[in-house]
Formats: sequence, C-alpha cells, structure tokens
Amino acid sequence: MKFAVLVFPGTTGEVDLYDAIKDELGEEVEYVRHDATNLSEFDAIVLPGGASYGNYLRSGALASRTKVMEEVKKAAEAGTPILGVCNGFQILTEAGLLPGHFLKNKDLKFICRPMQIKVENNETIFTNEYEKGEIVNIPIAHEDGNYYCDEETLAKLKANNQIVFTYANENPNGSVENIAGIINKKGNVLGMMPHPERAVDALLGSEDGLKLFKSIVKQWRELHV
Amino acid sequence: MSNHEPTKEQIKEQKLYAEIGLSDEEYELACEKLGRLPNSTETGLFSVMLSEHCSYKSSKPVLRKFPTKGPRVLQGPGEGAGVVDIGDGQAVVFKLESHNYPSAIEPYQGAATGVGGILRDVFSMGARPIASLNSLRFGELKSDRVKYLFEQAVAGIAGYGNAIGVPTVGGEIQLDPCYEGNPLVNAMVVGLINHEDMQKGVAAGVGNVVMYAGAKTGRDGIHGATASSVELSDDSAEKSSPVQVGDPFMEKLLMEACLEVVKSDALIGIQDMGAAGLTSSSAEMASKAGYGVELNLDLVPQREKNMTAYEMMLSESQERMLIVVKKGREDEVKAIFEKHGVPAVAIGRVTDDKMLRLIHKGEVVAEVPADYLAEDAPVYHKSSSEPAYFREFQAMENVEPEVSDYKETLTKLLQAPTIASKEYVYNQFDYQVQTNTIVAPGSDAGVVRIRGKNKAIAMTVDCNSRYIYLDPETGGKIAVAEAARNITASGGTPIAITDCLNFGNPNKPEIFWQLEKSAEGISAACTALDAPVISGNVSLSNERSGSAIYPTPTIGMVGLIEDLSHITTQEVKQAGDVVYLIGETKTEFGGSELQKLVHGKIFGKAPSIDLEVEASRQKALLSAIKEGLVQSAHDVAEGGVAVALAEKTFGAKDLGIHVTLEGSPITALFSESQSRFIVTVKEENASRFEELVKDAKRIGVVTDDAKITIDGESGVLIEGTVNEFCSAWKGAIPCLLKSEA
Repeated sequence: MKFAVLVFPGTTGEVDLYDAIKDELGEEVEYVRHDATNLSEFDAIVLPGGASYGNYLRSGALASRTKVMEEVKKAAEAGTPILGVCNGFQILTEAGLLPGHFLKNKDLKFICRPMQIKVENNETIFTNEYEKGEIVNIPIAHEDGNYYCDEETLAKLKANNQIVFTYANENPNGSVENIAGIINKKGNVLGMMPHPERAVDALLGSEDGLKLFKSIVKQWRELHV
Repeated sequence: MSNHEPTKEQIKEQKLYAEIGLSDEEYELACEKLGRLPNSTETGLFSVMLSEHCSYKSSKPVLRKFPTKGPRVLQGPGEGAGVVDIGDGQAVVFKLESHNYPSAIEPYQGAATGVGGILRDVFSMGARPIASLNSLRFGELKSDRVKYLFEQAVAGIAGYGNAIGVPTVGGEIQLDPCYEGNPLVNAMVVGLINHEDMQKGVAAGVGNVVMYAGAKTGRDGIHGATASSVELSDDSAEKSSPVQVGDPFMEKLLMEACLEVVKSDALIGIQDMGAAGLTSSSAEMASKAGYGVELNLDLVPQREKNMTAYEMMLSESQERMLIVVKKGREDEVKAIFEKHGVPAVAIGRVTDDKMLRLIHKGEVVAEVPADYLAEDAPVYHKSSSEPAYFREFQAMENVEPEVSDYKETLTKLLQAPTIASKEYVYNQFDYQVQTNTIVAPGSDAGVVRIRGKNKAIAMTVDCNSRYIYLDPETGGKIAVAEAARNITASGGTPIAITDCLNFGNPNKPEIFWQLEKSAEGISAACTALDAPVISGNVSLSNERSGSAIYPTPTIGMVGLIEDLSHITTQEVKQAGDVVYLIGETKTEFGGSELQKLVHGKIFGKAPSIDLEVEASRQKALLSAIKEGLVQSAHDVAEGGVAVALAEKTFGAKDLGIHVTLEGSPITALFSESQSRFIVTVKEENASRFEELVKDAKRIGVVTDDAKITIDGESGVLIEGTVNEFCSAWKGAIPCLLKSEA
C-alpha cells in the first residue's frame, strides 16, 4: 500500500507521519509537494500538521487553495482514504471536504499535551481496529482546535454517525460536542485534531495511534487481495 | 549619500557618534584606523560592531579564560554555534542567546525573534534544529505590566517555535524583583549534523558571489545591538526604533532552503544576519576568511522606500541570510531557494583587499577594513572591585530560618514560582513535534532520541542567580554543577555547555567583579566536569534606572545518553523500592528558597561546593544508572530534600514515599546543600548500588499509599497526600497570573 504525505510550505508534521508509516507500519510512503498535479498512484493521502503558509489568513485556508488540493478533491470523490491531522483537518474543512470550521482554543493559547480520546465510531476504514467506546491516549498540539459547526450540521453529523473521536474526560479547546475528529458522509475522509502519528511508539508515551494506521491498511488489503 | 544625514565634520564637532553608543576614544580610534574622518554610514558601522553584543569588548578578557577545548569539540566559540561530536559521524550544534532588550520593550516579538535568531545560528551551521529550550526571568507576577511581559514572552516563544516544527523540550523560570524592569529571555537551540555538512561563515575566494536570501530589509531593529548594550530607562520604549517583527513562516522556508543549500558544493560560506544585520555578517565573513567584500546596496531587497546605506547596513530585519557561493553557480543556488519560496539575489562579491566596501546609487558610501570592524575592536580591561555586600555576607554564620509548621512550609515552597510546576508555560510549547521527545519538559532534563540510533541527547538550562549574587564564584560553579546533575540524573554524560552571561553595567567595578568571579567559577566547574564552553553570548548593562539584575550567567548543557536504556526520569516507579539520599546535608540557607520565604530577601553565604566531590559523585551515580540499577533519579535543588521528595511523587501513579531524615529537621528538610541526589533502587539491586555509590544513604521506601511521609528523629515532620501537595504545586503559577494586581 502506498501513502502520500502532502507537504505545503510551512508544514511541520510531514516527517512524523512519514516515519510512522514507514518505520512503524512498514508501508510505502512518499512526500508530495503542494504543487503536485497527480495523486493517482497513491492508495491513501495524508495531510500533516504544522503551520501551512504560516496559518496566515485562517489556519489551513491558503493551503486549501493549492494545486494539489484539486487532486485531493478528485481522490476524495474516487473513494481514496484521506486523513487530515491537526492542520490537515483544518485544510480539509477549508477545502470543503469536511463540514465545520475552527476557532481559537477557548483559553486562547496553544496547547500541547497528552490527551484521552474516545473512539465514538469504530465502523470506519480508519478505526476498525479500535473498540467502540475505547479510550485511547493520543496527544494534541494546536492553537485553533476549537471545532465549530451550526446546529443543522451537527444534527447531520450525529445522524450519520460522522463523529469519530471525542475528547474523553475534558474538553481542552471548547469544541462543539467535545468533537476531536469527524469523517465525511461517504466515509473516506477523516479529519482529527489529535496526532496519531505521535502515538506510535511506547518509548514516546503511547502507541495507541498505531491502530488507526493499521485500520487503513487492513481495509485496503481486504479490498485488494 | 542622502542629504538629511550629518556630515563627517558635524559628526565630529557635535559628537553625534556618542548618540549611537561610541565613546570619544572609540571614535578617535576609528578616525585613526581610517586615516580620515568616517562618514555617517561608516560611523554607524563602527558603532554597531563596537557594541558589546558584537565585539565582546568588555567581556573578552573574562571569556578568554573559559576552557573551550576537548576531544569532542569540533567547533568552539566564534561561529554561529558550537559543535560537539556525539559519535557515528554525527555532532550536536548548540548555542544559548539572549533577547532581553527587545523582550522588555515588546515581549511577544522580542521573545519570538529571539527564538528565530538562535534557530538561524544553528541551521546556518548546516544543522537541523532538533530541540529548543528557554530560560526566562521576570519580576514577581504582581503587577499587570510584569504579568503582561511574562504572558506575551511565553506566547511569542510559542507562536514562533511552534510554527517552525522544533520541539521545545525544556526550560527554567525564575521570578524575582530584580528582573522587574529588566526581564531576561534566553533561548537555546540544539541541532543535529553529520560531520561532513558543517558550514562556516566565511567569504573566501576572489570573485565569488555574495548572495542575500530571505526576507526583505526594512527599518526595524536599527541599532538593536547597540541598544541591547546600554541600560534601559523608563523612556526606552519611546526612544528605540521599531522592534524587529518575526515571520516564522519565512523562517521555516529559509531553514528548509538553507539545509538543502548546505549540501551543495557551490556554497563557500553562510551566516545569519543577526545582531547588526548586514554589517556584522559581511564584515565577519570577510575578516574570518582574510578577504574583502564589496556590496552593491541597490541590489539589497528592500521593504521600505528611500532607505539609506546607513539604514540598510544597521537594520535588524529578521529571517535573512548572507551566503557566499562559487562564481558562476549563483543560479543553481538561487533555484534551490526559489524552490522553497525564498527570494535570493546576488548583492556583491568577494575581493582580495580585505575591505568592506559599500556602493549605493553608484557611489562608494563606505570603505572600512573588515578586520577593524570584526576582529580588531578594542578590548577593555575594566576595573573590578569586590563589593561591600560580599564581605558582609561572607562574614555571616550559616543559620536556619525559623519555621514551626513543616508541612505548611513545604506547601508554600512548592508554590514558590521557581519550584512550582511550569506546566502552564510548557503546555503552550509543542514539545512533541519531530516525534523524538522521550522525556518531555518537567523532568530534570529534556531528552530527545537520535533517530536510527540507540542513543539520545539530554538538555537543560540552569542558573540560580541568587547564589551567584551572594557569591559569584561559588554560584558560577553551582550553575554548571547543577546543570550537570540534571544531565547525570537523566542518564547522560555532560559533553559541553553554552552560556549566556546576563549582567549589569560592566563599567561599575562591582558588576565587573561579579562577571569575573562567576566566569572563574564556571571555568573551574567546566574543567572539573569535563564540559567545555563551546558557544555563548554576553548581555551586559541589564539595568533599569541604575539598578542591576542579579548576575545571571545562564548555563545551557547538553549530555549524551549512550544507550536508550540509560534514560532515567525523576518520578518513583514502584512500591517497595529503596529511597536513597546521596550526599551530605549541612545547614546552608544563603540564597535558599526557605530564606526568601521566611525573610523576604536573601543574604549570607551561598551553599558551598567541592567540585571534586561533585565530579566523582556524578560519575558514581551515572555508572549505577548505566548498570541498570537506578529506577528514578532527581537532583536536590531549590527547596531541599523535602521538595525533591515531593517532586518525585508527582506524576507517579498512586505511589508515595516514606522516609526518615536525621539531624535538625529544618536543615534536613529544606537546606540547599549542593551535590545531592535522591534516587530509588529496587531492593534486589540495593547492595550493588551501595557498592558503586559510596555516599548514598538509605532513607526510606516507595509506598503504594499516594502519601508523602517524612519522619524525623523524634517523630513525624510532614505527612500528607501526594494529591494535596501536587495541586498546590500545579496551581501556583496560574493562580499568580489570575490574581488581581
């Protein structure tokens, strides 16, 4: 299975994702620049965290207008698994691939810390290795992580079981309904604020994020035997 | 030359040079060296390059005494940052630097650009930054102004550092009234490099091309280096030119571009345009290489209209690099920068006449020998005199501060800002990015693994300026020794230090004496502990309206952890483990947290330190750690044994500690005697541990009751739940920030 890790100017989390996929998961992975015009060779696309374009204007806004995002939209349409972590999640909402928006954290400060995350929906291509209701340790590191959507969108997210992850014991940033991660209605585009790639090695505190990547691979293998 | 600039004669007659920091003697010397009167631009060049920040004119005689060599040292002081071998063809590159002056004026941008500058010092050496740390000193968080300075400086470090993708893995915070008007913001960056990629800031080879890469030049920060070398006054904010504004996005692009350019053999030399911007980088690169540089200032990318040569040369706009490339290969290098979205242009060439020559609008506007600016600055041997306070303090007996309720005292000490949890601060820093951080902020040292190898780097910044104020020589020794204790307790061997010498006005003999004596102490400790000084920075004249800060030579230390299994953290691990106190406890309260708490001030003798004992004890403990005998280790620092014991239970799930201490309770609990550790060891390893660490004394056991119990010779001294102590410790700093002024 071959992963693309997108790199926008200002992205900082690409190496972490690359290493997690290559070293911990043992799958093929390549960096793809913001101006790439073809993603067809990739089986999954990952949008890393960081500060794309300095997060100027709004977090993720400028990155969402790059050439490669046109390709990401095509891939989303075609059903390719697409994961956006942190800034990647913000880019996906700005690109219209996921509903909702981001506000500054409720305390108006950047927060970096270990976090307990609840798996609300384990019937997705990203979470099938988790138990429903499982509490996992996956850290957060963001300043604009306060997910917001209107009532109507929220009702749809709930009705379609699109809320995949929530903050388990406390809400660190003020997000609506403790939302930490959501999936599109079609089920192939996941955005999440916690960093699963930072939780793939017990030496660094947690390996709970590994199951997320394993889920993607498992699903793909089942379809491509 | 623009007509609003003064003439050569006006500069001399009206002594205009004095307004930009040149003394009469320095101006005379400049005239003598040139053989004529310098014009306005040239006077500006002399002014910034003779500032303490660039020339070290007052501190050089002191700095020369530092031990700077060692088998691991690949690059000592003199380049952007020092370089130390860590084996496998790899090295670490690091430096600590101050950004005190801008942080006092505009704390967010001041602190942010401090991080930016030190990052550039490291990546201009060809190293990828793998960690950063910071050392922050502010007034007590009582006034709105101090709270604002503190919060904004922290936010500035976070805003810049987090956007670059370099984890902030450690730091220290001290709050004291002496920093009220003159806060200290010191930032350290550690980079990783392969030996063959090491770069130098040199402009060599006649005809080679000088290129400018990065952000455009504006009028910001003009005379920053000079300003940072004079005292602050209440109208500093009004007098100064605009403080530099950082753009972390440009920095990130510049970093990636430079790290690619350093792999190209077209590159001759590279240097950050830091303090004194284009002037220092061009003069230093030429001087170091023994060549000259000619710049056409019309080609310098400019952000503002009608900039003069003077303004361009003295601007401290951020995110700029000066690069020398082989003639004919400019386009190749330019293409690399442009791929990363960074503008790069040729602005000059290397010459053989050793001059820094500036051309603006077709005219030569300055022509000064590069060596005069970079190397041959005057060196002042300032007079030094032992202050009266020192004699008074030395004559005092060591006495215990009086306290009656030990538990309440421990709680109050845990709430003291120096001791209290810094979580409020470090949670604002991304300490995990790059996914190598094994030990996050909050332990004795931050630990970052070296990917692909079974080893790691331990890092810490440390300085107890109270001890240094009381006794600079002893305090200087302690600063280095304590940093080394942090490294040792983490399982690492100290390999080198960087320092940031923050002092008051060196023209005052008592201040210069502090500088001299503390440097002697630092040197002695570096020699004893085998940790040479590989880089550093000097920040003098940290005074506000005549009142100086405590002498604060911040020490940044890096250690090598040879095997990941050696990594040790401070919190207790398992009930039943034996608790040991290593080292002797004496009645030593000069400059201690308890003295400050009880008396509201510090006085007396600083704790004594024997460097031989220190070195052999650290070696013994490290050998026990390497043998796998030590479950947890923590140095005994501010607040003494009681605080160290409490800290060992914080973060340990449902565990407690029960110990019995001998001797006078106040001394046993709270003395700040040096060279001590508290460690825990599995019972089965106890006898082997005792063989290796001779001066370890068994004081108790790790419990499973989540309580802290400290007994004395005649019964219980302190008893309480880990929870109650921990919440006092955690809540203190947020509480101070929220309280009404």
